[in-house]
Amino acid sequence: MNGPPWLSALTFLPLVGGVLVLALGERRVVPARRLALGTAWATLLLAAGLVPHFDSSSGAMQWVERHRWIAALGVEYHLGLDGLSLVLVVLATGLVPFALLAPGGPRQQAPLFWALTLFLEAGLIGTFTALNFFHWFLFWELSLIPAFFLIRLWGGPDRGPAANQFFLYTLVGSVAMLLAFLVIYRAVGTFDFLALAELGRTNRLSPQLRLSWGGEPVPAETLTHWVFAGIFLGLAVKVPVMPFHTWLPAAYAEAPTGVTMLLTGAMSKMGVYGLVRLLVPLFPEQVRALQAPLLGLVVFGILFSAATAFAQRDLKRMLAYASINHLGYALLGLLAAAGTGAADPLRLNDQAAALNGMVLHLFNHGVTAAALFAGVGWLEQRSGGRRGLEDFGGLRRAAPVFVGLMGLALFASLGLPGLNGFVGEFLIFKGAFALVPWAAAAALPGLLLTAVFLLTLMQRVFHGPLERRGVAGSDVTRGERLAWAPAVAVMLLLGVYPQPVLALTNATMVALAGSWRAL
Amino acid sequence: MNDLVNQLWLVPALPLLAAGVLALTPRHRRGLAAGLAIGTLALSLVLSVAAWVSTLGATGPDGFRAVRNFPWLTWGDHTLHLGWVLDPLSAVMLVMVSFVGLVIFVYSTGYMAGDENFTRFFGFLSLFAGAMLAVVMANSLVLLFAAWELVGLASYLLIGFWFQKPAAAAAARKAFLTTRVGDLGLFAAMLWLYDATGTLVFFDGGRGCLEAPAVAALAGQTVMGGLTLSAALSLLVLLGAAGKSGQVPLHVWLPDAMEGPTPVSALIHAATMVAAGVFLVARLFPLFAAQPEGASGVPPALQAVAWLGAVTAVFAALIAVAQTDLKRILAYSTVSQLGYMFLGLGVGGVAVGMFHLLTHAFFKALLFLGAGAVIHGCHGEQDIRRLGGLGRLMPVTFATYAVGMMALAGVPLLFSGFWSKEAILHAAHTWPASPGPFYLGLFGALLTAFYMTRQVVFVFFGPYRGEKGAPTQPGKVPHESPPLLTVPLILLAAGAILLGFFGTPAWPGLQAYLEPARVGLTGPDLARLVSAEALKLMALSTAVVLAGLALGWWCYGRRPLTDPTAPDALELAQPGLFRLLRERLRVDELYEATVVRWHTGWAALGDRLDRWVWGGLVLLIQGLTVGLAWLGRALDEFGVNDGFDTACERLRRGGTRLAATATGRLPGYLRGAMAGAAALGLLLLWGGCR
Repeated sequence: MNGPPWLSALTFLPLVGGVLVLALGERRVVPARRLALGTAWATLLLAAGLVPHFDSSSGAMQWVERHRWIAALGVEYHLGLDGLSLVLVVLATGLVPFALLAPGGPRQQAPLFWALTLFLEAGLIGTFTALNFFHWFLFWELSLIPAFFLIRLWGGPDRGPAANQFFLYTLVGSVAMLLAFLVIYRAVGTFDFLALAELGRTNRLSPQLRLSWGGEPVPAETLTHWVFAGIFLGLAVKVPVMPFHTWLPAAYAEAPTGVTMLLTGAMSKMGVYGLVRLLVPLFPEQVRALQAPLLGLVVFGILFSAATAFAQRDLKRMLAYASINHLGYALLGLLAAAGTGAADPLRLNDQAAALNGMVLHLFNHGVTAAALFAGVGWLEQRSGGRRGLEDFGGLRRAAPVFVGLMGLALFASLGLPGLNGFVGEFLIFKGAFALVPWAAAAALPGLLLTAVFLLTLMQRVFHGPLERRGVAGSDVTRGERLAWAPAVAVMLLLGVYPQPVLALTNATMVALAGSWRAL
Repeated sequence: MNDLVNQLWLVPALPLLAAGVLALTPRHRRGLAAGLAIGTLALSLVLSVAAWVSTLGATGPDGFRAVRNFPWLTWGDHTLHLGWVLDPLSAVMLVMVSFVGLVIFVYSTGYMAGDENFTRFFGFLSLFAGAMLAVVMANSLVLLFAAWELVGLASYLLIGFWFQKPAAAAAARKAFLTTRVGDLGLFAAMLWLYDATGTLVFFDGGRGCLEAPAVAALAGQTVMGGLTLSAALSLLVLLGAAGKSGQVPLHVWLPDAMEGPTPVSALIHAATMVAAGVFLVARLFPLFAAQPEGASGVPPALQAVAWLGAVTAVFAALIAVAQTDLKRILAYSTVSQLGYMFLGLGVGGVAVGMFHLLTHAFFKALLFLGAGAVIHGCHGEQDIRRLGGLGRLMPVTFATYAVGMMALAGVPLLFSGFWSKEAILHAAHTWPASPGPFYLGLFGALLTAFYMTRQVVFVFFGPYRGEKGAPTQPGKVPHESPPLLTVPLILLAAGAILLGFFGTPAWPGLQAYLEPARVGLTGPDLARLVSAEALKLMALSTAVVLAGLALGWWCYGRRPLTDPTAPDALELAQPGLFRLLRERLRVDELYEATVVRWHTGWAALGDRLDRWVWGGLVLLIQGLTVGLAWLGRALDEFGVNDGFDTACERLRRGGTRLAATATGRLPGYLRGAMAGAAALGLLLLWGGCR
């Protein structure tokens, strides 16, 4: 059952690398940087090396590692990878080297910065590979702590409140989720995701929940709602679902560029991943019952965030709202698919469309949004820290290559066909329109509103007469172009031919959709 | 033959490839840029013509049709196919787009010769040409939509080509966003159609979504208010088409798009892209024409198409009457003529609408290129009041422009515009649903002749009014353009005349080619031309056109304008109406005051909610938490800590006292030990007794 522990190696490689970077000490900066980058690249290579060996015809967990750990608590060390987590692991590991290379890196205590980034990476990989709540939660929290310090220590002028809000918000969510899981554990005595999913699928989980409150036993139904709400809150804060999002614009805006890239590119995916792995499998019936209000929240978030982005004058805040907007589409796909229980094979295809679209969209958004934030970081670096919408103008004259690259990413972000963003959105809307027409129709104007603020950004920053105090120095250098190249390749290739990614995820998504059905 | 269809993908792929290469080409490689763009498009033209020739003379209800479909995406156990189709509709469009495109590419080498971003310009043009060719040969609505959005991107890039100009940057954004409003309709239609039929491939050996079984099924379902599903889908598609083709009320972007370089206005905003909406309706015509079984009368979707076109035709023509910018007059004229195309589709079917699309492509491209030559020759002047007398200074431009103007105005017999407009009016006249569109069409024809006469008189007659009326400096005299600019004009002028003869009632070759089942005749027959009904209608429209020309001459030609600041002849007669028309019926202002303001307000509201209400709530909770922490700290320091300190103090004192007993003298310790031992002994005894 246990093959070579590839997933453990993947998870602990950045952890070990980070510790070694710290061990090198404060003064040996150059070797520390080499080591950090080397670790990040090695982790990416390892993750990418898994892809060709992934059996894409199976929706089951692969490279499973399962060891007894704390027998008394029923805790196992249980790892596995399916199509969804594989894509997310590749995304996370793919982003880290570029986050380390991002403009506006640390000026002091650089080795600590790199080590924390690697710890964050370990947390991400651990979250995406863990199949037991116990260590899943450890990694979930492990990713939070480095992120907090990265914002707190290297962030912008308002980093203090931003980091605190980020931490408190996420902590409150985490505590709610932890409590909910303790209730579940007391009832069924296991932390194992697959076992819990089986209980959820057969609808045996919620009747078993027991808790007495002030001597009175709480009815199982009420308790289920509380547990559901607790888990949902923990995940909704992370995604974020409006209105649990107010930490995000500040955190994204204040974090150093590389960290923002990871926050938006990889960490925002943790919430959606949690919904797919935890909430929906455990409570398929409840998700179905609550589909309309949840989708209402999501649609509201899509429209509201796109409109609010238009009012932002800080480029990073604007893109932060764009991020909320895009994750809204992913949730639209997920909830449309999860809330449909009919055993109709045609619906199964629509569920598969929405779910595959969701994964594709997560991946695409990760790449595109990270590229956009890197671009804003570049602007900040070249302009002495300015990143206001009104601070620039006519940039296309001063830096045509930069504007071309950013333009590509912006159009990918607004879902232009031929670039990667469109395919995910198309599949999500295809599935959602077939399953929940009202939600898809209500979310459609979001596509227009996204275009409104992104084109406004281009008009103000890139076009018009050249603003003299714009950007000092040259256009993107050769090295920077090289760093952009992979993102550009992903945007173009996945835009034209996304089938390779779909092939990885399809079996998993079909299996998931099938397992969430009403019995 | 079969091989030709298999290789047809090269037609759009070649220009797209050129666009890709040019995106990476250094700016100074001008020769390479122009050569690559023109070379690939010429190859596309050759392939298109070959493909077109192969479709000639085919028989069958729909004429020739060959499709190639291929899988693109698989999810669940469903596969989404893309593909391309060669049929009369795509073949004529391929030839038209690649030919007009090629002519304009050549013209651009001259027109844009002095521009620093010459290389980029040809890259964008190639992107446009490739995407537009993909639109017309797509056999799948997804592929069509993708290419449709890409032409929108190319249009955005080219309108904003002189991006330093704030007006150009704003116009580019406006164009993209306004068309995207319509695109949402098309996108929704695509999702709905996909859901309803399970396929987005148009023709697929009977399984396609435009083929009889699927269309019949769509027409058989009712969605709401008695509207069939096919009609609902058609209306959504029409929204997309109206956005792209600048139909009321989404027309506002097209006049602003004139901020782009003139070849762009000719290619994208006159001949090809704006006609894509018309093409889309023509392509999805089976859907528009679908009727539930047993229903009679005109399908509601087609009625909507006809009325939309008729209203737009008059609406835009009215505005054109009062404009003073050379290119904006042509832009409103384009909007108006696109309205005629929709009218033709609505009342007469694919062939009628497409005929006008094709003739318009030639004469409007000609007019724009002529306008470009005028602007080029007059050093950037675009205000027709500051031009004048160019007939003598630019004879070739004048002659070709006059051909284009007469074709557009619909001067009888010799000009293609007459025949295509005649076909539309003829169909509108016999339209059973309502006589309204016919009269609107006639009125529009009168206006068209009027505003074109006004423009030509202002530009080519009277004295030259630029440079304060004194063109004395040698560099400032308007001059005829070099052959690189005039030869394309002559080619297009030839097309603007000759094309009409393929669609006269005497020999409706184009109609028979596009809609063999509907027309069902191929041989030339002069008798049809002189049939009483056709003659009566031709006489009527001729009279209307001549009245428009005469009115225009009477207003503007009798006493040529000498002072650029003098009021317009119409302004003197109807100042209020004229001002309203000059301000473009204030549609932009209306949108500015409603949609734009609402959006800004909503965005600001969202921002405030975030910062103050939800953000404030979080801050409040944070404040409470911090307050609680302070309280806890206070308790710690003064309660717990104090207690701790007191305990420690007591412990310390106790320790000191204990330490005092540790004197270091052995007798004292022994005394203690003895006392302890005695106590222990007593305790044990006491325990033992119990």
